[in-house]
Amino acid sequence: MAAVLAPGSLVDPLIARREEIRRIADASLGRRRLYGRIAITVCGIFLLIALIPLIAVIAYTVQRGIQAWSVAFFTQLPTPAGIPGGGISNAIIGSLIIDGIAIAGALPFGLLGGLFLAESEGRIASTIRFTTDVLSGVPSIVLGIFAYIVLVRTLGHFSAIAASFALGVLMLPVIMRASETAIRSVPDSLTEAGLSLGARKVTVSMRVVLPAALPGLITGVLLALARGIGETAPLLFTAIGSEYYSTSPLKPIAAMPLVVYQDGIQAYSDLQARAWGTALFLVLLVLILSVGSRLMASWIGRVRR
Amino acid sequence: MIEPVPSVDSSVAASDPMGGVSAPPRLHPPIMRLQDVTVSFDGRKAVRNVTMNIPRHQVTALIGPSGSGKTTLLRALNRMHDQVRAAKVSGNVFLGDTDIYGGSVQPTLLRSQVGMVFQRPNPFPTMSIYENAVAGLKFNGVRKKSLLNEAAESALIAAALWDSVRDRLKAHASTLSGGEQQRLCIARALAVEPEVLLMDEPTSSLDPIATRRIEELVGELKDRVTIVIVTHNMQQAMRVSDNCAFLLMGSDKAGELIEVAPTKELFDSPADARTLDYVNGRFG
Repeated sequence: MAAVLAPGSLVDPLIARREEIRRIADASLGRRRLYGRIAITVCGIFLLIALIPLIAVIAYTVQRGIQAWSVAFFTQLPTPAGIPGGGISNAIIGSLIIDGIAIAGALPFGLLGGLFLAESEGRIASTIRFTTDVLSGVPSIVLGIFAYIVLVRTLGHFSAIAASFALGVLMLPVIMRASETAIRSVPDSLTEAGLSLGARKVTVSMRVVLPAALPGLITGVLLALARGIGETAPLLFTAIGSEYYSTSPLKPIAAMPLVVYQDGIQAYSDLQARAWGTALFLVLLVLILSVGSRLMASWIGRVRR
Repeated sequence: MIEPVPSVDSSVAASDPMGGVSAPPRLHPPIMRLQDVTVSFDGRKAVRNVTMNIPRHQVTALIGPSGSGKTTLLRALNRMHDQVRAAKVSGNVFLGDTDIYGGSVQPTLLRSQVGMVFQRPNPFPTMSIYENAVAGLKFNGVRKKSLLNEAAESALIAAALWDSVRDRLKAHASTLSGGEQQRLCIARALAVEPEVLLMDEPTSSLDPIATRRIEELVGELKDRVTIVIVTHNMQQAMRVSDNCAFLLMGSDKAGELIEVAPTKELFDSPADARTLDYVNGRFG
């Protein structure tokens, strides 16, 4: 083995060591492989266990919910217990109105707030950032009470707009932090390229940074919507629910989470079935929003290239 | 298991005149042989049909403009592309007589014989200098304290780092400068005593002084390990390498090997006009 080397070279012990290391590596390969297999198996088992409740919840909801679905379920107004037929059309419309107003209200504040946070350092920004984090941790029922005090008490009655306000406050920190992250992920060199052409910082933000961050912004907004659409607690004190068809933002309104909550705890099986059907529809909507946000982000990414 | 790489036939070595000033350098049979190597990602070829030899105990540089597949080719030599699902390597790569893409070869064992140093220094951040130096050995099942210490010292000496770190082996690797970190990474790779060391633009993130130390090191390490180095810097290739392979992006965007020759020859009298254009700085 040492024949390659010049005589007296100091490399000789090195070859002995190389051979010893090879021998140990070879000999321990079986043990290392076994260790690797065991580790992967353990990971797999824990993953499966973690997935069980998730899959069970979805499977049970699908199984119970699908039975309640029919054309009438999506097109008709609810019927009282014991009377066949009926649906949740008013709750679907109600949720659309509540969430639509909520996102329309939260979007500009969240987006511009996120832009501000992304572009500025210092005490004010970090205070706002901290406050936002606290806000996103506030239990949603507290936001419901807040909206009750601010809007329901002052207007003197429950209303869709109060629910939108509560959900908007709930969505705000989500949109803000997602926007900040998306905007921050745009390379500084792009901003600098814009500035070096003599553009003002605002111009660069609007014409270069925001468009580049668009996929992330859209993802953030859709995820905020997904978060808000299933929230129940803020609606309890605000929208209160309704058996009738209403599109007025100033009147009490039906909403899907309220159907699940209010019908689900009734003793009548047809009302319970309606709650399951609504729950399944909610799960489906959240799924569509989550998948849709990813697809849209990657689609925008592809179109650009 | 991978067969040990056979050394040079002793009769050849014995015929080598000893100590003569005009003695030819010792013979350099190939330690690695590439035959028709093609690497593709998602079906798109990144580098294609490369056939060349890596001579033992020499420094082989892969040069060429960006996009010519240098790094892609380098990573095919220790099966790093196994980590990328979309990547596919075809053709044969021999280490000694073993086809490293052959069915019986364990990538883990292969990589302990064909080590790697990356563009940016990447010492393990949670480990001390000593722990970094022996990390590879421990991963390979070595537990004997004396062997660990011996290998760590030898590798740190070889990487020209021993004198500056011997008193602070327990310090975090992040306390070292960028150049020192890269030398620690070289030591980390050397400690496993590989046959071949792959270096992927190892100085691209270093300042000129640190770069020079690494370049000096490359020359000194030749006796210990065969080196394949990717560089975008032609001067660096001229300074450190014995042999040079020039790659260029073909019309189908896949890199191809234009020519491979002893470094001096490739720069002074290249066989291919495109090589001449490149080394004269007419493009790239």
